[in-house]
Amino acid sequence: MRIARIRREPETTQVDLPDLEVLDPLIKKYKGKKGNMIPLLQGAQSLLGFIPREAFEKLATDTGLSLSDMYGVATFYAQFRLNPVGKHIIKVCHGTACHVQNANEVSEALCDALGIPDGATTPDGLFTLESVACLGCCSLAPVMAIGNDTFGKLNGAAAVKIVKNIRIKENQ
Amino acid sequence: MNHRKFRLKNQIISMENTQVIVGLGSCGIAAGANKTYQKILELQKAENLSFQLKKTSCVGMCYREPLVEIIDETGAYLYGEIDEDRAIEIINKHIVQQTPVKEYIVQSDFMETVDDTFTREQVKIALRNCGHIDPESLEEYEVHGGYNAIRKIASEKLTQMDVIQTLIDSGLRGRGGGGFSTGLKWKFANSYKSDEKYIICNADEGDPGAFMDRSLLEGDPHSVIEGMITGAYAIGATDGIIYCRAEYPLAIKRLNIAIIQAREKGYLGKNIFGIQGFNFDMYIKEGAGAFVCGEETALIASVEGQRGMPRKRPPFPAESGLWQKPTNINNVETFANIPWIINNGAAAYTAFGTEKSKGTKVFALAGKLKRSGLVEVPMGITIRDIIFKLGGGIQKDKKFKAVQLGGPSGGCIPEYLADTIVDYDSVNATGAIMGSGGMVVMDETTCMVDVAKFFLDFTRKESCGKCTFCRIGTKRMLEVLIRISNGDGKEGDLEKLLNLAEQIKNNSLCGLGQTAPNPVLTTIKYFRDEYEAHIRDHKCPAKVCKPLLTYTVDDEKCTGCTVCAKNCPPKAIDGERKKTHYIRQDDCIRCGACFSKCKFDAIVLS
Repeated sequence: MRIARIRREPETTQVDLPDLEVLDPLIKKYKGKKGNMIPLLQGAQSLLGFIPREAFEKLATDTGLSLSDMYGVATFYAQFRLNPVGKHIIKVCHGTACHVQNANEVSEALCDALGIPDGATTPDGLFTLESVACLGCCSLAPVMAIGNDTFGKLNGAAAVKIVKNIRIKENQ
Repeated sequence: MNHRKFRLKNQIISMENTQVIVGLGSCGIAAGANKTYQKILELQKAENLSFQLKKTSCVGMCYREPLVEIIDETGAYLYGEIDEDRAIEIINKHIVQQTPVKEYIVQSDFMETVDDTFTREQVKIALRNCGHIDPESLEEYEVHGGYNAIRKIASEKLTQMDVIQTLIDSGLRGRGGGGFSTGLKWKFANSYKSDEKYIICNADEGDPGAFMDRSLLEGDPHSVIEGMITGAYAIGATDGIIYCRAEYPLAIKRLNIAIIQAREKGYLGKNIFGIQGFNFDMYIKEGAGAFVCGEETALIASVEGQRGMPRKRPPFPAESGLWQKPTNINNVETFANIPWIINNGAAAYTAFGTEKSKGTKVFALAGKLKRSGLVEVPMGITIRDIIFKLGGGIQKDKKFKAVQLGGPSGGCIPEYLADTIVDYDSVNATGAIMGSGGMVVMDETTCMVDVAKFFLDFTRKESCGKCTFCRIGTKRMLEVLIRISNGDGKEGDLEKLLNLAEQIKNNSLCGLGQTAPNPVLTTIKYFRDEYEAHIRDHKCPAKVCKPLLTYTVDDEKCTGCTVCAKNCPPKAIDGERKKTHYIRQDDCIRCGACFSKCKFDAIVLS
């Protein structure tokens, strides 16, 4: 008797890739220019939100840059993301000023509340939690930024409250 | 300071000539300045008020943001902490009823305020326009003497060597932290002949705790551009690049506006200011988030589109830099000083400062200070004066313990050396460095082992990985520090740290590795007893390192609300409702959850 194997669906759902043709104007602008690799990757990320494998491959074929060089650059710099991120990116500042004003408490409280480790994305794809080096608002430490909004003089509870409010708005 | 009498009664003040200026730097916006601006705009439209509403950038008093300045025919009044409600109040009272609101004034010619000590000791050269002009207006920059340095070069027919000599005479040293003479650097760059030559502005301000360059670029982008044009003339550069952190979107936006304005006016382009053959243009290159790119050869690699890894010098960039062409790199603050020096002469600049460090230095004050913000002080002022006169002392009047200068490359200066004067050589003698100007103040509740661990964790993550000692040595040092702060430190750990530090310093190619051990070295030098308390007594005197703390319940304060017991991950807290709780020390994992959740301060740390 054959045992029917239960096929497990992959836990993470495949994110629908946007049409990679959106990269064409970018490629046209930078193709053949010296020092174009970082602007190309930055452009691709701002169009797609992250840089998927397919985008690397398209950039390599269309511009002639080597795939390994591009991968090397993309993994060297903190800015580039190779995985999809949440709708809201929570950047908790861990600069010196924020550190001495207890930024750890803010990060820990957010990890607890969202149920994810630092650097991860919530399963519903709403939030990505990141620690960043310095947002440059040291006088308001500890600070976090969500999108274009910066929140200062936080503690754990205050940070969690802000995130909860965003979630409530999103669920409406 | 002479204070003029308060405005005369019945004096008629024209509303058309009254300016309302809102500070819209990144800090101000984070504190809510955009909302304040919108509110004033709404009010102006709704009530048809004829005053001029303007924008400016960072005023420097970050601790009083959002800031609104009202300038009328009687003088200037700077209002602090102006939220939307207060904005309505000051517009109604000051402008409509013509009575200034004294309670909110932080600075004015008419009265003394507690904030006067913040500005009294300052000399603003690099920051001369910050907080006074609209950074998105070329006209306002020119009204304040903008582009006069280049006009002077053109009209007085100053040669390249004249400009370089003025800078050498001024004694200006690189404000990025290196402290090398800017004039001499330009002289070297000038001496290499090439058809293409680059001048780069290093705006990759990566030090955590430093925001001088951001404030300057947001507040006065044209002064940096003018400094670069002057430099381009002096060394014969053909192209300029501003390498700016991508984390500073507002700075990039304002720089882009400024470059376009300068280009339209012909200040960038061909035969600039009528100087035949002086062709120069510039663009912005956005960094991609790597601290090591502040190092000049790594920065060049990054502009070329590669991984930002430093290379061996010589050849120095002055000989072979970007695309193997002669390249000169200076910091934002250095460039901002240059137009002032050309306009006012070297002697005016050397009037400030000490024998070997001339002029002024911008510092970003942060940490446990009453007033944090951006200050520019003459070299030679003591660190104590900066902290207590400008910074207003320590928050909650706690004990001042140390000040961190120079970020991850710098070190901690203890309280007993606070009378050290600010100049390159005096600061270096303490083991710290002047750095780019981040000054983070620490009080008795800051653990120095934790601070060292924090910086080492930073440099370990940011090490590019090229040199073995920097890549692996910092990791090994961090492991020892983590061990110490977890209470597992061993005898001999300090010697191990010192030995590793020495090797990393000696065997790394670039500044990142060579200076990475500095935070550890200075904290061991000045706070050895704190390390020993962690290692021998398993105690953290500042009560920061959680694994070394004991949590107990204060019988008198505990109300028996059960919040701590509910939130305790290992369920190590016993107690009935409305009765004193008790922590079983054997099961306690020292996570601190009870301490942060207790609303009655009943959890005691020891």
